[in-house]
Amino acid sequence: MTALPTRRLEAWRYTDLRALGNMSFAEPAPVSAPADLPDLGLPRLVFLNGGFSAEHSSNFPYLQSFATVAEGSTQPLALINADHARDGVTISIPPGVDAGAVLLVAQAQGEAALHPRHRITLAAGARLTLIEIATGEGEYWHNPVTDIALHENARLAHYRLQDEAKTAFHTATIRAKIAAGAAYDSFTAVLGARLSRAEFHVDIMGQGAATHLNAAQLLGGTQHGDFTTVVHHAAPNGASRQTVKSVLSDQAHGVFQGRIEVDRIAQKTDGYQMNQALLLSAEAEMDIKPELQIFADDVKCSHGATIGALDEEQVFYLRSRGIPEADSRAMLIRAFLTEALEPVTHEDAKAMFEAAIEKWWISK
Amino acid sequence: MLEIKNLSASIDDKEILRGVNLTVPDGEIHAIMGPNGAGKSTLSYVLSGRAGYEVTGGEVIFNGQDLLAMEPEARAAAGVFLAFQYPVELPGVGNANFIRTALNAVKRARGEKELDAVAFLKLARAAIKSLSMQDDMLKRNVNVGFSGGEKKRNEVLQMALLQPSLAILDETDSGLDIDALKIVADGVNALRSPRFSALVITHYQRLLDYIVPDAVHVLAAGRIVRSGGKELALELEAHGYAGLEAA
Repeated sequence: MTALPTRRLEAWRYTDLRALGNMSFAEPAPVSAPADLPDLGLPRLVFLNGGFSAEHSSNFPYLQSFATVAEGSTQPLALINADHARDGVTISIPPGVDAGAVLLVAQAQGEAALHPRHRITLAAGARLTLIEIATGEGEYWHNPVTDIALHENARLAHYRLQDEAKTAFHTATIRAKIAAGAAYDSFTAVLGARLSRAEFHVDIMGQGAATHLNAAQLLGGTQHGDFTTVVHHAAPNGASRQTVKSVLSDQAHGVFQGRIEVDRIAQKTDGYQMNQALLLSAEAEMDIKPELQIFADDVKCSHGATIGALDEEQVFYLRSRGIPEADSRAMLIRAFLTEALEPVTHEDAKAMFEAAIEKWWISK
Repeated sequence: MLEIKNLSASIDDKEILRGVNLTVPDGEIHAIMGPNGAGKSTLSYVLSGRAGYEVTGGEVIFNGQDLLAMEPEARAAAGVFLAFQYPVELPGVGNANFIRTALNAVKRARGEKELDAVAFLKLARAAIKSLSMQDDMLKRNVNVGFSGGEKKRNEVLQMALLQPSLAILDETDSGLDIDALKIVADGVNALRSPRFSALVITHYQRLLDYIVPDAVHVLAAGRIVRSGGKELALELEAHGYAGLEAA
């Protein structure tokens, strides 16, 4: 059994997992699906407490059977996942096929630890939009690992709504290998869990591969949300763009760690990282750690970070036009998040995220 | 319409307005002129409800209501409109969405029917045309990347659509070329009616060639020190504000 990482590790400096370590989780119990199981009118794959539910899932022709896990990395959470993974989706899209969009729902309940292992492979020229919703009720731990392989000129749009129970733990590891000309565009909305971390490892493996790793974290109460990325440019002419926005109220704590590694061979790399946080209360806290490791001499890499409050001049301008104060603030928060949502081109996904943001604001 | 009685206000314990008395009857346009630092902008902000100004005395009655007790959005719903000296940029907020949200908020507060996107665009395009403005003004983010003149025109566009009963123009003429100045003036003149009043705050007489006021007041050191007809503006232009502050 692999131990949980501690804050002594640089990669875990801002996120303390002791509260998770103090929990004792049960084996996942079989549960029935709630009546309001998310549905976007798309092909749907449903996991109930970590197990695939054929009953609630629709036929998706590119679904394959689950194969045992052999973990090659030394990442502690991926190793723990490997020790326990019993299920997960395996999707494989054949060359040149546009598979449309599919919804993956992870519904949890109770005090279980859930370690699904998902594998998404797009052959050359294939396309897929994967929309994930993680939600539930109880003090569970959801620790999914998603391995993504994009072959030449494939395109995966990956939209994640993390809307776990406010009493739950969520630690997701997403690893993507992108071949020449392929693109991985992702957006994550972080709303749920008492403690969450989304950790992306993206490898730009071929000429001209590109990725978007965008996120919006909307946290309140004593929630802790960590968004960590490592983009490794191992080939020339790659592009990586990250726009991560956090809106923090009450005593919420947000973390962004972003590392861009550019190998000597990866000339003409275009790396961009923007992190902005809006603090809605004096007790909210944001930690930002950008890192650039560049070994090539002809690259364009930039990063920027801002932390601030809502601009009261802007609030007054809106109110002076008759817009009530709460609506004025909501409008400015939506505007703040706009840039992060840009990669979301799928209309259903976009509407889903906008509704989730609206709901978050109304509950404030 | 508007009665300002013995109004005093301060910022950070510094007294800026020291007993302003001013009445603007229905249907009249009054100009407030005065040197820099006289309290002209403070007056406009106190009337529109900006935070940070402490009213230390006096009152403001607007159509029978205690204006100073109202939130800024309630003042807008009641018919007060402030054209900002420095209109605020709102990155990520589309201008059409902004103006429609404002218009519908005001309509809701007044118990009127709200406009859908189609009806709003029709109305907004007509207003843009009558004000000789560029069509793309609605598509851009609010004031982002606008020139100084475009920002002021956008204020006038909002005013034309919100149809206030009292417009306060805070140095709307500053930084405008003559064409833009005429557009601003046309926007105000188009609203002239027995139920529309305006307070035109300006440092220069030039704007008053195009918006002809019913009365001119001189604000100096936080008080109205002189009032007169439109000819007072010409006199000030010729002789300056020197000597008035002591009055």
